[in-house]
Amino acid sequence: MSQSAPRPSFPHRHLLGIEGLSRPDIEALLDLANEAVEISRQVEKKRATLRGRTQINLFFESSTRTQSSFELAGKRLGADVMNMSVANSSVKKGETLIDTAMTLNAMRPDMIVVRHSQAGAVHLLARKVDCAVINAGDGAHEHPTQALLDALTIRRNKGRIENLTVAICGDILHSRVARSNIILLSALGARVRVIAPTTLLPAGVDRMGIEVFRDMRAGLRDADIVMMLRLQRERMNGAFVPSVREYFHFFGLDADKLRLAKPDALVMHPGPMNRGVEIDSAIADGPQSLIREQVEMGVAVRMAVLEALARNMPSG
Amino acid sequence: MPFNAQSPVALVNARLVDPARGTETHGGVFARDGLIVAVGAEVTAQSVPSDARIVDCCGDVVAPGLVDMQAFVGEPGAEHRETIASATAAAAAGGVTTILARPDTHPPVDDPAVVDFLKRRARDTGSVRVLPMAALTRAREGREIAEFGLLLEAGAVAFGDAGHSLRNAQVMRRALSYARDFDALVVHFAEERDLAEGVMNEGEFASRLGLSGVPAEAESIVLERDMRLVALTGARYHAALVSTEQSLEIVSRAKKAGLPVTCAVSINHLTLNENDIGDYRTFLKLRPPLRRESARRALVEAVESGLIDVIVSDHDPQDVETKRLPFAEAEFGAIGIETMLAAGLRLVHSGDLALPQLLRAMSTRPAEILRLPQGRLAAGAPADIIRFDPDEPFVVDPEKLRSRCKNTPFDEARMQGRVKLTLVAGVVAYE
Repeated sequence: MSQSAPRPSFPHRHLLGIEGLSRPDIEALLDLANEAVEISRQVEKKRATLRGRTQINLFFESSTRTQSSFELAGKRLGADVMNMSVANSSVKKGETLIDTAMTLNAMRPDMIVVRHSQAGAVHLLARKVDCAVINAGDGAHEHPTQALLDALTIRRNKGRIENLTVAICGDILHSRVARSNIILLSALGARVRVIAPTTLLPAGVDRMGIEVFRDMRAGLRDADIVMMLRLQRERMNGAFVPSVREYFHFFGLDADKLRLAKPDALVMHPGPMNRGVEIDSAIADGPQSLIREQVEMGVAVRMAVLEALARNMPSG
Repeated sequence: MPFNAQSPVALVNARLVDPARGTETHGGVFARDGLIVAVGAEVTAQSVPSDARIVDCCGDVVAPGLVDMQAFVGEPGAEHRETIASATAAAAAGGVTTILARPDTHPPVDDPAVVDFLKRRARDTGSVRVLPMAALTRAREGREIAEFGLLLEAGAVAFGDAGHSLRNAQVMRRALSYARDFDALVVHFAEERDLAEGVMNEGEFASRLGLSGVPAEAESIVLERDMRLVALTGARYHAALVSTEQSLEIVSRAKKAGLPVTCAVSINHLTLNENDIGDYRTFLKLRPPLRRESARRALVEAVESGLIDVIVSDHDPQDVETKRLPFAEAEFGAIGIETMLAAGLRLVHSGDLALPQLLRAMSTRPAEILRLPQGRLAAGAPADIIRFDPDEPFVVDPEKLRSRCKNTPFDEARMQGRVKLTLVAGVVAYE
């Protein structure tokens, strides 16, 4: 992350979603993230890019993986990082989201990373604070850094995203990962498919400019990338799908179904995985799996986002 | 039952009724290896191979075997009411060659292992074909959708909660959506439970008897909801039983809108009305209840026009103990699989229906809805064939009926039309 080379600017104050980003915006972030990968692979991982900046991770919904990824990203860039999880916050005492935002704002942070269970909550918060806001997942709406890390992982392994066939399979209905990925991958020229039973597809999905499959075998045919989504345990037993065994039989990724994708197809999962529900263990740990690499790319992408937003901040 | 290794058989000198084409011709049918090989005037005693068994039908009707989309066969768990052996014996004697077995057994048919059990029991003890219908929701409780995919792979051919109407519209919506993905048929009994707390049709007659009534709306409210959900989801939907003019109007509108909807009526509702309950006859206590004569007439007309696709026996054996009670306390249900053809022929003899129309609703349409190759007299179709004399008179003697229970609403009734021969896959199931 040299300071000298001219780069395409990232003309946004917040990162609230992939929606609203242009293709150059996305590519600039991916380029920046590519460099950040190298930083994390060195013994000396610390940079001074964000020295003096304060980053608050405000997680209304618990998440070990995303929160620690943002924490490491901030720290590697030299920021002071504070984690606020809901258990310790005054939200439990009845404070409204906006009051929480105003209180935090008064502490003059430079960046707030927010996760919330309700779609739109991060946008609401962003309107009330003076600092940069990064969406770390809002309800079933967006999870932009996950889509960026997925794109980075794909680009590094396939050399491109344009014209790849990406099959996103599983609980599309409740998935912010799916929504962000659909927008991002489509913007970069991939052919996006979603595969799920109708009960796990959002209404109007067929008008989102993607291909929709209810039959996994048909949907996997000739895919370059197979992206599996987590199915929450409370959705497995009769409400959206009848049972775990039926779901795995028809929508779980096993060697048999993966054979229908291209021979060099790669398998991804945003984690945490339900082994034996949406993905067979042998596939998750197998040679076609990128699942561990996705975690590494997560830190790099979050470093890139923090740096890109910091550049737009007043430095006086 | 092994439907194979049988000598060829020819039914000649018959009145061939093919409801699939709506034709009546004179001739014969020749079957070999479980399939119909030839049909028509050219099939005669002289034309068939010498190893064939030749049956001279003496001008009797020869038609495809009946496909009954709603019958309770007792297994597993209610063998005191019926067994697959007794139900299929009654079916064969009544000209029914395929039964769609209700899933409200103990345990219910909501697990692939139960489907497998039923298929094996049917193979080993049944004399006609028995196809399992599986539950729409787990334990038929209306809360969690059943494993449609695994149940279909096990051999279930339709899904329904048989006698339990699905109350929760969200569950119904998801069940229909999920069924659509598997192109599965949903068979739903439309009944608004709170409105249907009565014991017979609501109206003057019930009031005079001092019995609580069930209004037509108990059926139509749920049916109307279901039509909206079918429009939303695109699932194949079959109304298990309709009994009112309101329901006919709803189904008619849905069909005109192009929805994948079909419906059935029970033979009881076509041939009886609420007045037949007379002096509190509990064998006529049915769900939905027998309606007014005007409704019965409308149902018959709807069969004639094809608005009603299917006639079912709604065969529901109940032992004497549960029927020999005050009307309000008695169980619902009547047997009917053995008498459904004869009862249906009443409508032919009265001039309300042509014979091919009756048989279309009893064999061709149900086979089409279940996507079975049965229901037609044509080369290549399974040799599920019946011979009957539509005019032969008899009096229904409950003691001679083959069902384990004798709760027939046609007790001592005069009927015309007796089955003389039933072939299933070319094998004699009844003679």
